[in-house]
Amino acid sequence: MAIKTRRLRDIPLAFAMLGPSLLVLLTFVLYPLGKAVWLGQQTCNVQGKNCKSVGWGQYTTVIKSDQFQHALWVTVKFALITVPIGLALGVGLAVLADKQLRGMRFFRTIFSSTIATSVAVASLMWLFLLQPSVGVLANLGWLRDIFPVIKEPGLLKDPGTALWSVGISSIWANLGFTFILVTAGLQSVPKEMHESAYVDGAGGWMRFTNITLPLISPTLLFTTVVLTSRAFQAYGEMDLLTNGGPIPQDSTTTVTYLIYGSSSIIKNNDGLQAAVAVLLFVILLALSALQFRGFGKRVHYGS
Amino acid sequence: MALDTAPKGWRSFARYSMLTIVALFILFPVYTTVIAALKPGNKVLENPLVPDAFTLDVLKDAWSQGRLGRYLMNTTIVAFIVTSVQLVTSIASAYAFSFLKFPMKRLVFGIFLSTLLVPLEVTLVVNRRTIDSLGWLNSFQGLTIPFVATAFGTFLLRQVFMQIPPDLREAAQMDGLGHWGFMREVAIPLVRPTLGALGLFSFLASWNQYLWPSLITTEDDMNTLQTGLRLLASSDLDKPNLIMAGTIIAAVPILIVLVVFQKQLVRGLTAGAVKG
Repeated sequence: MAIKTRRLRDIPLAFAMLGPSLLVLLTFVLYPLGKAVWLGQQTCNVQGKNCKSVGWGQYTTVIKSDQFQHALWVTVKFALITVPIGLALGVGLAVLADKQLRGMRFFRTIFSSTIATSVAVASLMWLFLLQPSVGVLANLGWLRDIFPVIKEPGLLKDPGTALWSVGISSIWANLGFTFILVTAGLQSVPKEMHESAYVDGAGGWMRFTNITLPLISPTLLFTTVVLTSRAFQAYGEMDLLTNGGPIPQDSTTTVTYLIYGSSSIIKNNDGLQAAVAVLLFVILLALSALQFRGFGKRVHYGS
Repeated sequence: MALDTAPKGWRSFARYSMLTIVALFILFPVYTTVIAALKPGNKVLENPLVPDAFTLDVLKDAWSQGRLGRYLMNTTIVAFIVTSVQLVTSIASAYAFSFLKFPMKRLVFGIFLSTLLVPLEVTLVVNRRTIDSLGWLNSFQGLTIPFVATAFGTFLLRQVFMQIPPDLREAAQMDGLGHWGFMREVAIPLVRPTLGALGLFSFLASWNQYLWPSLITTEDDMNTLQTGLRLLASSDLDKPNLIMAGTIIAAVPILIVLVVFQKQLVRGLTAGAVKG
């Protein structure tokens, strides 16, 4: 009886404390998800009004469409470029800087520094490097002579190099983040383990693969999952560097760009945008589940 | 370390050389940006790697004509509102989940949990419509309110609250300390380090938002730094030094924040990586 009244007594306070968060999360996270699923089978006018149902077959139509499949393929390629290279560079830098030497703080600060760049700042810095008329590389005569593509048509305008160029800008922008995470992971590796392995005659590479890598595997898993989901949600880079182009190949139109891009063919169609957004949600969900399952078993959490 | 047998001095020389080369590569885009921002327009394209001219006029132009000053103010307002309200709502909801007894707690907790699975990009198609129907396009409400609650922050703080033994709460209650007092005297002091990390994290995320402001902003007065840079890049591509000056103005404040709050940054970033 006493327990029951106490249970009830907290209700008004709980309501006051949870109410605001709940209202925001329901209105701006869960409702839009549900509504997007519903909107995905509708078609609206250009203003996004007067939506009418056209049937759930619209999802199938989107999945089968060349545009969606192309965007998904571009996204997968973008992830395959940025995630492994970004992770390898991050680990390499962290290992290089993981030594108590004079001046190491200075190098660590530089290696972390790109975390201070937003996607707009990083992309514009790279735009100024890569742009074919006003860009730095295009105005270096000797470099332009060796690689004419820098000027004509330009690394961001050539369908063969555009995605790689955007990828490099993205890898650079994420490098600080990866470096900080892996460095934190390395610092949690007990020094004694290295010392005893060293006494047992294990070489540097052996100690790295047999001690360091397994012990930082939770960090690596986490970083991989975050980098992958960032790659799948990348938008600003494409918006600023390539506008999803070059056209007509749409070499950098990723799924997220297909939804929101200013030169996307579905930019004025709320129904199709919602359908692609829902499909992106399903893909991301499946991807994280896969990564946690696939790697999860091999990750060493210690005790 | 195949170099284990090499003399010690040579080994650290090799490491320093590697560190320096890598550092130069990483700083290269920053270098070209700074050089361009400090050069007058007619000098930018010749010798883009050499600082052979110097002026502060471009930075001034970016600040006033390029309106970076205005954008900086907007972004600062948005980031401060989002961060401070997020901290309050996270403390409140984490406290309720940890110390209050109420029906359907598991269900409400489940609702919070489920929002973590939904990526931002998926919700924005509908959120743009919602904000439009509320009449909040081109407004601070539109830029902030969708982000003033966070399940991530709630969980982070709840994890710390759960370390407080239930006996302590009961003993405090016996002594006549109500929820408000317990929160102020016990709970909040305990989570203060976590609050720092969470606050910095929210601030960074809010400061760097790109897609959302670009979807709901059409009036120049309401541009944030990120969407303002986008506008600058599309309208003044023939003035790369102006754009680079803009990126510097946009990057420096956050650089300062990060240098000051280094510790919180690492704690915030690794919060998700360690086993919880």
